[in-house]
Amino acid sequence: MTNPALARVAGYAALIVLAIISLLPVWVALKTALTLPNDFFSSASSLVPPTFTLQNFARVLGFETDIVLTSAQAAPINFGLALRNSVIYAGLLVTGQLFFSALAAYAFARLRFPGRDVLFVAFLSATMIPSIVLFIPNFVLIRELGLINTFAGMVAPNILMVPFAVFFLRQFFISSPKELEEAARLEGLSHFQIFWHIALPLQRGPMATLAILLSINAWNDFFWPFLVGREDSVRPLAVALAEFQSQTGQGQPDWTGLMAAVMLSIIPILFLLAFFGRRIVESLQTSGMK
Amino acid sequence: MLKSAKPPSAGHKRMSMRQREAMMGFLFIAPAMVGLLVFYALPTLRAAQISLTDWNLLRAPRFVALSNYEKLWADETFWESLRLTLLYVVYNIPVQTVLALFIAVLADRLARQVWVRAVIIAPYLISNVVAALIWLLMLDPLIGMTNVFLDAIGVAKQSFLSSPDQAMISVAGINIWRHVGFTALLFYAGLQAIPRDLYEAARLDGARELQMFRTITLPLLRPVMVFVLVTSVIGSFQIFDTIAVTTAGGPAGSTKVVMFYIYETAFKFSKMGLASSMSMVLFFILIAVTMVQMRLMRSDQSDLG
Repeated sequence: MTNPALARVAGYAALIVLAIISLLPVWVALKTALTLPNDFFSSASSLVPPTFTLQNFARVLGFETDIVLTSAQAAPINFGLALRNSVIYAGLLVTGQLFFSALAAYAFARLRFPGRDVLFVAFLSATMIPSIVLFIPNFVLIRELGLINTFAGMVAPNILMVPFAVFFLRQFFISSPKELEEAARLEGLSHFQIFWHIALPLQRGPMATLAILLSINAWNDFFWPFLVGREDSVRPLAVALAEFQSQTGQGQPDWTGLMAAVMLSIIPILFLLAFFGRRIVESLQTSGMK
Repeated sequence: MLKSAKPPSAGHKRMSMRQREAMMGFLFIAPAMVGLLVFYALPTLRAAQISLTDWNLLRAPRFVALSNYEKLWADETFWESLRLTLLYVVYNIPVQTVLALFIAVLADRLARQVWVRAVIIAPYLISNVVAALIWLLMLDPLIGMTNVFLDAIGVAKQSFLSSPDQAMISVAGINIWRHVGFTALLFYAGLQAIPRDLYEAARLDGARELQMFRTITLPLLRPVMVFVLVTSVIGSFQIFDTIAVTTAGGPAGSTKVVMFYIYETAFKFSKMGLASSMSMVLFFILIAVTMVQMRLMRSDQSDLG
């Protein structure tokens, strides 16, 4: 490191290489999704598709049925349906998580009730219980309630509280000015009215950030839906993708179709990253700070 | 009698503002409280209870005391799964942490634009399943891009996920690829909290980059480091998704980590009790590992003052 200019050049070079490693696999997936199934093996070592096609996407969404899948073992999976299921699952889950977490966060920040601080610590420490302990008893409970293969069973364990979300929103409620709420109190508004009409609208920014983060998480959820939501009618994309792969067995899967399905599941996230990159980066950045 | 004779609104009014606020407080946290009790607190107790039974979900559970734990003690596959889990942690954590630190320092020194961090974080926003599928294609011995590159630079082709010797390293590599950006972002945030004039002063004293990194950056990054290590170690002990998609525990059992073995025992062989006893053992291992980590980190801190 005797020459600072040389060190800078080496540093930039390292960053560029890391950025390529970070993005290249996604590019290869996209390229494969845009390749005709018959061209796939001959163009495997190329970084661009020999002929550009959207046929795989059409096939995966069920618009075209006359093309035979190259993988004989794999039962055709309806990715259009799985896409719908993912939207329902993530929509339900995130709406509930936002509402219930905001309610709790507001109470922990503003309302005085006995045992408040002890309960708040109890909430945060719930994060420490690893899912390896929880998944069997929770599965048994959902089964006893008859909720296997229902959206209700899929969202139940996580819809009522997300420790991180409660913690995150509480900070914002605490640091926003009290005056408006106190004035509303004197006007005779109830606590819920104050929360809903005054306190919550002030936190639009943090709520939007949280909505983005929770949506990405819900969209990517695998393990729990894999345990309780495996039927076609409720199965989300992540589970459908994993199952498509496992049905292939030892042979080569239908790579071009599989990567088209993979891209369908990534595109919403790439959109969020393109439009809300700063918000996502800055909020994830603070998640390690206390 | 007297109470019921009064109109309800009077009773309502008599509740002081304070009491009403407390009642609303409890109502507001009620949903989250139900979530905490029903899906976190009680299941922890129930996992312990199920671990003392023989239960296949079809018949009623039969109390067998500690016999599941005795079975585990003699179960070679279980010990092997613990060993493989540890192997995975050892492959995963050091590389991921050091690489993340390197990326964070580079970005901090050379490129503080948000979009640079957006590129670094991108793989983390992709699900484990999708990351595994993409790398299944990238690492395919015959048609994968990784072997194309290795071939181009004159390195022999590898079999990666289909070789018992390389499968676990490949799985660790996939997860490092997905997770390293997030860890780097946390370190990056930690670096922003370090006052810049510390470096200026050290530079005036003639300190070199590496010296500054060792005496300023690393010690002041300790709180973030504790958080990163504790959460990523707990996470990697529970590795499942990537393995379920890429190797399903194979080839030849070389990636059958403990989470996968528990999943198989519970849902393939319907042995809920035995599977729960494994969960409990891993739970206690995780508590012990976390406590050791905290202890080590704290003693370090007092040394440096």
